[in-house]
Formats: sequence, structure tokens, C-alpha cells
Amino acid sequence: MATPYQDRKLGDPILNVGDEPYFEAAAKGKLLLKKCKDCGQYHHFPRGICPHCFSTNVDWVEAKGTGTIYSYSVTRRAGPIPYCIAYVTLDEGVTVLTNIVDCDLDTVKIGQKVKLTFKATGNGTQVPMFALA
Amino acid sequence: MTIKGKAYIVGAFEHPTRKATDTSVAQLHAECAKGAIEDAGLTKDDIDGYFCAGDAPGMGGISMANYMGLRLKHIDSTDTGGSSYLLHVGHAAEAIAAGKCNIALITLAGRPRSEGSSGTIVRSRGTGVPEEPFEIPYGPVTVNLYAMAAMRHMYQYGTTAEQMAWVKVAASHHAQYNKHAMLQEVVTVKDVLESPMVADPLHRLDCCVVSDGGGALILARPEIAKSLKRPLVKILGAAEAPKHTMGGKVDLTFSGAAWSGPRCFEEAGVKHADIKYASIYDSFTITVIIQIEDLGFCKKGEGGKFVADGNLISGSGKFPFNTDGGGLCNNHPANRGGMTKVIEAVRQLRGEAHPAVQVKNCDIALAHGTGGSLGHRHGSATVIMERE
Repeated sequence: MATPYQDRKLGDPILNVGDEPYFEAAAKGKLLLKKCKDCGQYHHFPRGICPHCFSTNVDWVEAKGTGTIYSYSVTRRAGPIPYCIAYVTLDEGVTVLTNIVDCDLDTVKIGQKVKLTFKATGNGTQVPMFALA
Repeated sequence: MTIKGKAYIVGAFEHPTRKATDTSVAQLHAECAKGAIEDAGLTKDDIDGYFCAGDAPGMGGISMANYMGLRLKHIDSTDTGGSSYLLHVGHAAEAIAAGKCNIALITLAGRPRSEGSSGTIVRSRGTGVPEEPFEIPYGPVTVNLYAMAAMRHMYQYGTTAEQMAWVKVAASHHAQYNKHAMLQEVVTVKDVLESPMVADPLHRLDCCVVSDGGGALILARPEIAKSLKRPLVKILGAAEAPKHTMGGKVDLTFSGAAWSGPRCFEEAGVKHADIKYASIYDSFTITVIIQIEDLGFCKKGEGGKFVADGNLISGSGKFPFNTDGGGLCNNHPANRGGMTKVIEAVRQLRGEAHPAVQVKNCDIALAHGTGGSLGHRHGSATVIMERE
């Protein structure tokens, strides 16, 4: 049995003030992370304050776009099309919620290496997702 | 200051409905309140503290105080999802201990079954929610978030689908005696594994039911409790802890119970071996396994082995849990299971559980809940109670 990846209608992100650079970069095929200039740690989702040390001295940094699947679930009965939600631990060390795409979803496993790609939501916003490396 | 011994649960009521087509959410709250007040042998005018959570309509506690005609000295509508009502037991005991109120009412009610809600729908919490732009496009729903916790637990600790299924099997053994339970049929491990896959690795029978209904509790200061006719159920300890994605240092293998549990045991001054009965929130089978580990009833990673082979079945297993059938079989009103966890623990301590599942000499019980999701953010709350 195989569960080939199919495009589905993705929910549009409703941006909050300060989220714009992330989605502007995504439209250009880049994944941005926030990094703290004081404690040196990355965080995700991006905030205007470091959740590790509470410094407001945080900056956008482009991620390499490679990582490892921390966990996943092929979601078979939530809408008409199966999809694979996942947490991917980026090589920068931060773990992000995402989808695994462009493969037979039945072959997805924890520990697999993945690489960055993008898919468009209903209103055309590009959001980062990951394909098997 | 401790709340140990400062408050008692004097009233408890679980609404018998599982589908409330013709009853509003506010009316269900009020019917639950009435049931608990009558169980305690009190009147509405005795209530001077009120606790409710996000399921209360309108302006929460204010709307419900208005609807029910309550005159209050203390109000608290803290929302930590399905764990709220366990947390409210602690908060009510604190308010009573601090002299802010004498008799506290806690209510929960909802009609997700009538309204067509389920754990397979992406839910937005409105505008301004900081995490949502980075989550909603990926289709996070209740079941796949818990499923990711299950998947990681299986990967890291070797937990199996069969072990998870045993949680449901045990719940079904209890639910066969509950005439109000939505699912009263005893199921086998095979039945669970052969039920449709909802989100890998969780099958339909790994998931709790969607039901309407509700429940309510009344807490009172000791001298009032002792003046009433019901068996005395004393609060020994209560603790709470939120857990979240930790800025991207995500760890799905443990819950906030790892933090609330030890503090609750410390306040209660009891040991794990003293707990005769436990209500453990069972939104999904994996939820039970992770919480049992975090509460310290077994070593981390050994929860699967612990729940297997009927160990959770009252009478035959060593760790009787959710003797009403729990969320997996009985009900999950408002998609929030914390209230019914306390109510069944109170029944056990009073000796009023169904005779087929009543734990002998049940003098100390624990109730614990996770509200939100093991897969990203949740509240944890633990309560330990004693029959006096």
C-alpha cells in the first residue's frame, strides 16, 4: 500500500505584526529563523523577544534548510486528502512544525533527513515544508 | 501555606446526557450546578465562589453567575483546556484556605456532539494568536498532535500499538457497568488495532468519544463539610504546570505531569503506593501512558508495559483507572475530560462507584489531567484526595 503525497488546500496564515519578514522571505524560497544576539540561541515560532533569555536583541537568520524528522503522523481521516504533519529538527537545532511532502507518505520515518521546499496556501502565501533528502 | 486539609469536596454531579440536542450550554452548566448543590445538601444561595473555564459561554463566570443568579465573593475563570477543572479544585481550595469564599462551585458543560465538533478539525483561536501563522497551514488537529507524541514515544521507548490498545480495553471493561456510557461494549486489543487508522499510529478506538454533557463540583471549608451528610473527601494536595514547545526545544515524550505530579505528591505527603485509585485523563490511549510515567507510577518509557495485560482493570489489575469508562468510553463533555476525572475519584472515595468496579478500601485517590495537546501546548493539573 502506498499513500502518495497530494496537494491539498492549506489554511492561510493570519499574520501578526512583525511576521512579515518571515513570509516575505518564504516567497523568495528562504526559511528565516529568529536568533538571539545575546544568548546565541535560535527559537521558533519567531518572536520579538527571546523565549530562552528574554532579550529583545533578536535577529532574523536564514536557515540552511536541512534537518531530521523528530516525529510525524500521516493524518488519514481529517479531510479528504491524507497528509503528513511533522516536527523537523533543523540542523540549527530548533524544531519546527511542518508537513512532509512530495513522497509516498507511507515511507516517512523518524530520523530521516529532509530538505526545505515550499507550498502555497489558499491565498498564495508560500509556507516552508520538507521533502525527503 | 498549604491547602492540605483546608477544603473538602462536598458535592459532585455528572450530567447523564450524552447528546443535548435541545439544551443550551448555559442550561447544561446550570443543571450540573443544581445537581452538585443537591448532592451536597446545600442551596444555590450558599455558593459564594464560582469557577469555570473556556466552555462557559459569553463572558465566562460573569455570564454564568448572571444566568444562575449567583451572588459571589470570589470568581476564577482560568482556562487550561480539559485540565481546567482539576486546576479549579486546587484554586478553589486556595480561595477557601485564604478565606476568600466558603463554598465554591465548579462547572463544566458543552455540546460538541450536537454542534458537530471533533478532533479532526483545524481550529483557529482568532486573531492575534502568536503561534497560529506558523501552525495553521500544516493542518494541526487534536488527533494528529497527540499522534506525533505517540509516534515519538514508540520510536524512543519501543511502546507498541498493542500496549496502547490495552488502555482502551481496560476502559471498556469499566464502561460495561456504566448505563450512561456512550460505548458500553467490551473491546479487545484486536478490535482496537482493526479499527480505522485516524492519524498514524492512533486508530479510531485509541481516541476518546465526542459527547455532550457536563459536570459540577462543590468544595467547602472543613467545618461546613463536617456539618453535611455526605462522606468526607478531603483535598490533600493540588499542583499545576503548563508545558509548551519551549521555544523550539520540542520534546513530545513527556507532559506537564512531570512537573505537577511531584509537587502534588509533596503537598499531599503521600507515596505512590498509597494511591488506591487514579483517574488519568484519557483523551487518547497514549495520553494515559505518558501521564502515568510522568506521575511516577512507573519509570519513564515503561508506561506501555505498565498498562498492558489488563493492569488498569479494576479488580484484576494492580492500577485501577477511570472506572466510569473515562473519556475513551463514557463521555468527554465539551471535549474536556478533567471534570469527570474528579467526579469518578470522588465516587470511588465515597464508595459509590459501580460495585463491579469499586476499589476496596479506597481511601486515597489521585486525579490528573492534560488540557490542550501533548503535541504542542497543554496545561497539566494533579489533585490528590482522601476519604476521611
